[in-house]
Amino acid sequence: MRSVVAALAGALFGLGLMLSGMTDTNRVQGWLDIFGAWDPTLAFVLGGAILPMAVAWRLTRATATPALGTAFPPPPEPKLGRNLVIGSTLFGAGWGLAGLCPGPAMASLAWGGWGGALFLLAMVAGMVATPPLRRRFSSLA
Amino acid sequence: MEIQYLYGLLGGLIIGAAGALYLLVNGRIMGASGILGSVVDGSAAGDDRTEKLAFIGGLVGAPALVALVFGANPTNLSSNIAVIIAAGLLVGIGTRIANGCTSGHGVCGISRLSLRGIVATVFYLLAGGISMVLFRHILGVI
Repeated sequence: MRSVVAALAGALFGLGLMLSGMTDTNRVQGWLDIFGAWDPTLAFVLGGAILPMAVAWRLTRATATPALGTAFPPPPEPKLGRNLVIGSTLFGAGWGLAGLCPGPAMASLAWGGWGGALFLLAMVAGMVATPPLRRRFSSLA
Repeated sequence: MEIQYLYGLLGGLIIGAAGALYLLVNGRIMGASGILGSVVDGSAAGDDRTEKLAFIGGLVGAPALVALVFGANPTNLSSNIAVIIAAGLLVGIGTRIANGCTSGHGVCGISRLSLRGIVATVFYLLAGGISMVLFRHILGVI
């Protein structure tokens, strides 16, 4: 049953990304390119997505457990840390370069052609390489 | 107001509804990079893995079905192979080091006023902007 809900959430997420234009790299790069033809669409998408989520977070305080689970996620960690800054900077650089982030990269797989598939493949390779990379760097530090 | 902004807002509300569903029913944070990353690096196992695979199935499948029936706007991705591979690697490594991307840190983090989510979003937006200046306006590769 949890998997059915997960599939439904994934489907909604994908359709939302598609409708909002976030699977079009021109729109994403248009938002990031403040010195070009600036496109504010992404702000509407982020704002629209934050509204129902903010209500949902409030509702988690009114109920003890999720409908099909044992516990809600723990409160966010207060510690920021080096990894958060370094990782987000690397991610942002790649996001700007291609105009794709993980959600839209998956959602547009069906019509993204060989380029979209190659991006997803490289992204997955990066994800698989990260745990050993992290171990190596933490042993050097 | 351009019609595209309205589609953006509507699509955003649907994205938020998806995240709300995942949180209130399954008790999970809807983060695309965490879901995919933990499946491919093997850190998700058993029922957890099944659930995440179902999420990915919906995320890839539903837009595919709509694209098949109604068509889809092109992704307009660069055709430069080096750009695609470098960007994919950066996004994959960066989101796993930071433990989140636009959905996890951006949508789910900011909406609960998580300092980590807000700081992550500031840094990936800044880096994205600098990336555009460097690769589009200075180097001209995209």
